[in-house]
Amino acid sequence: MLHEPAGKNIPNYAVGYKSRLGVLMFIIYAIIYGGFVAVNVAKPTLMEKKIIFGLNLAVVYGFGLIIFALILAVIYNHLCTSQERRHSKNAAKGGQK
Amino acid sequence: MAFIIFAAFVTFVLFLSFYFARQTKSASGFFTAGGQIHWAVNGVSFAGDYLSAASFLGICGMIAVVGYDGFLYSIGYLAGWVVALFIVAEPMKRLGKYTFTDALDSTFNSPGIRLAAGISTLIVSICYLIPQMVGAGVLVTPLLGLPHAVGVIMVGTIVIIIVATAGMKSTTYVQFIKGALLIIFSTILVIAVCRRGLSTEPDQGGKKPFYNYRKISAIQENGRVLPAEAEFKFAVQQAHTTPQGELVVDFVKLEEKDRFTWWKVSKNNETIELVETASVTIRGDGSRFINGIENNNELQLGSLVQIAGKSGKDANTGSVGVFKLLTLLSDKDTIVKRWKKAAVFSDGDHMVTLFAPIETAGNKIMRPGLQFKVEGTMLQRLDFISLMLALFCGTAALPHILIRYYTVPSPACARKSTIVAIATIGFFYILTLYMGLGAMVNGVVNPFSDNMSAPLLARSFNTFLFAVISAIAFATVLGTVSGLIIAASGAVAHDLLDRFYNLQFNERQKVIIGKAAAFTVGLIAIILGIVFQGMNVSYLVGWAFAVAASANLPAIIMLLFWKRTTAAGIIASITVGVIAAVGMILLSPDMFERYGLLRSQAPFQLNQPGVISIPLSFITLVIVSLLTQKKNGQAAATE
Repeated sequence: MLHEPAGKNIPNYAVGYKSRLGVLMFIIYAIIYGGFVAVNVAKPTLMEKKIIFGLNLAVVYGFGLIIFALILAVIYNHLCTSQERRHSKNAAKGGQK
Repeated sequence: MAFIIFAAFVTFVLFLSFYFARQTKSASGFFTAGGQIHWAVNGVSFAGDYLSAASFLGICGMIAVVGYDGFLYSIGYLAGWVVALFIVAEPMKRLGKYTFTDALDSTFNSPGIRLAAGISTLIVSICYLIPQMVGAGVLVTPLLGLPHAVGVIMVGTIVIIIVATAGMKSTTYVQFIKGALLIIFSTILVIAVCRRGLSTEPDQGGKKPFYNYRKISAIQENGRVLPAEAEFKFAVQQAHTTPQGELVVDFVKLEEKDRFTWWKVSKNNETIELVETASVTIRGDGSRFINGIENNNELQLGSLVQIAGKSGKDANTGSVGVFKLLTLLSDKDTIVKRWKKAAVFSDGDHMVTLFAPIETAGNKIMRPGLQFKVEGTMLQRLDFISLMLALFCGTAALPHILIRYYTVPSPACARKSTIVAIATIGFFYILTLYMGLGAMVNGVVNPFSDNMSAPLLARSFNTFLFAVISAIAFATVLGTVSGLIIAASGAVAHDLLDRFYNLQFNERQKVIIGKAAAFTVGLIAIILGIVFQGMNVSYLVGWAFAVAASANLPAIIMLLFWKRTTAAGIIASITVGVIAAVGMILLSPDMFERYGLLRSQAPFQLNQPGVISIPLSFITLVIVSLLTQKKNGQAAATE
């Protein structure tokens, strides 16, 4: 039958943990992204304000959103990988996935 | 040389395609490269898929014309990956096999879901294909001197050959190479921009003399606007009469000692000033004149009038750092001369197009507001919110991105490849701001089509860089179109024919049908690429994101997180999402302008549908799911 998950035979540990962590990180990022949109709509002139190294808020916030996404992604991967390792060790010892 | 490098690159891509063709025997090989691609390769390939013509040509072009507003696309496109990583990546890999329809249908086994999701994949893929094909047409004009339509047909044909011969494996490696090269050469271009620094008289490193557009005073006599300076002679004027019967002179044609130039009439209280426009005149015999001088090259504009209060030779900055460049450009005493189409009319047997300068302060250039009216009416602000919402939600719902989750062996690999993608794509998007601004101030923006700004910026440095950047941009289009066509052919062959109509094909037949579907979708893309000539490609992609986010994302999210989701709810949500988003785009002011009608006649005054169509799709899913609970008796709990 064609209709089967691709990774069917590959163990996938800590699904619930990863899912909860993903939602939490998504909410954090969505709030910060929403803040960017809100400032632009509510007080666009604030974006002209110089913040650091002579860069204005628009550039700092814009670059910040890109860099913050990467930082969150790395943290997420680190936490997920640790959790997967722990679960796989437990599974090897006869524990649950 | 440009042509040789370009041809060599395309030949290499085709060679790669034929090489991998021999290894593609099964449907799994064709649609998902056998699920055996390394996560790091897949991550860079994600970047290759994602950094399409919209990112490279469209964003840089939009920044070159409207400044920071173009960069909003970079921010939104990248933010969308957060949704993809945290919410969609692993479940998609876990639940699906070939297409995202598999994942949606994994709980219900419903023919209706297969039909709705298959059609939605097709529609989103085609919406996304349009800007890519427009980008292809734009590229070949300066590179090979061919018309737009020829470029579109060329890309369409090459891509059909690539996809129809090898499928996902060749597409993955083409994307990997292209993604890596794009980052490397964009970095080189940004370094070159910073080393050149800023000047109020940009001459492309001495290759192209700076043309100074002038201003002169004028007087009005007997209804005619006449130059006040002796070296100019009045030739003809363009005027219109107001409803009150007053004659208003808009443009004046002046004779100089060796040519004719067009000037915009600007009135301030009692004084009249003539501002020189950039004019392109096509004469009846086909000869082409730029600013009154015969010239077949493209018109190129964009420069600084003032840098932090200084002008002329004193203003030259020499080499600047990455922060200093942005600091200088965002200074309120920096003035950028941007250009906007002012008029198209016939003057005897001459067809005249005029572009008038607009001087904008740096602090306005470096924040949102020139394209998206964040200080405008409530509706205009809503348009901005709508765009940012669609960009945020769209990435995780794009079929050609979703299918890439099936090319790696495990959910953990899907996650890791997404992180590589975020790093690569994020870095590139930071570069887009520099490339766009570099084009804006170096006199390389073609006002007829801003899409070529990045390649033309490269040409202002040297031909080699131009050829390589153009070849990469062309490969960008090739790669993205390949991915989209595979996604679309997967929807036809796997979701619709195999799973919805339950036609029992063997592996070989499935591959043949996939290839036939690729051929058909490729043909449709070619036609649409010609029809939408001239529109900014990133703007068009914004629409594709809105359609994807409205059609697919609510179904994916609710399936994963709401246990009461039913098959009927998913089908209704996809259907309403597609119809609402596409319908609102077709009825938007931008489309009405394209139809040749007045913008005010559009029944739906928002250009971006996301803010209405995405919530509508969510609400539909919830209501229909609640109404069909007993009937189906199925829940969508996946965990």
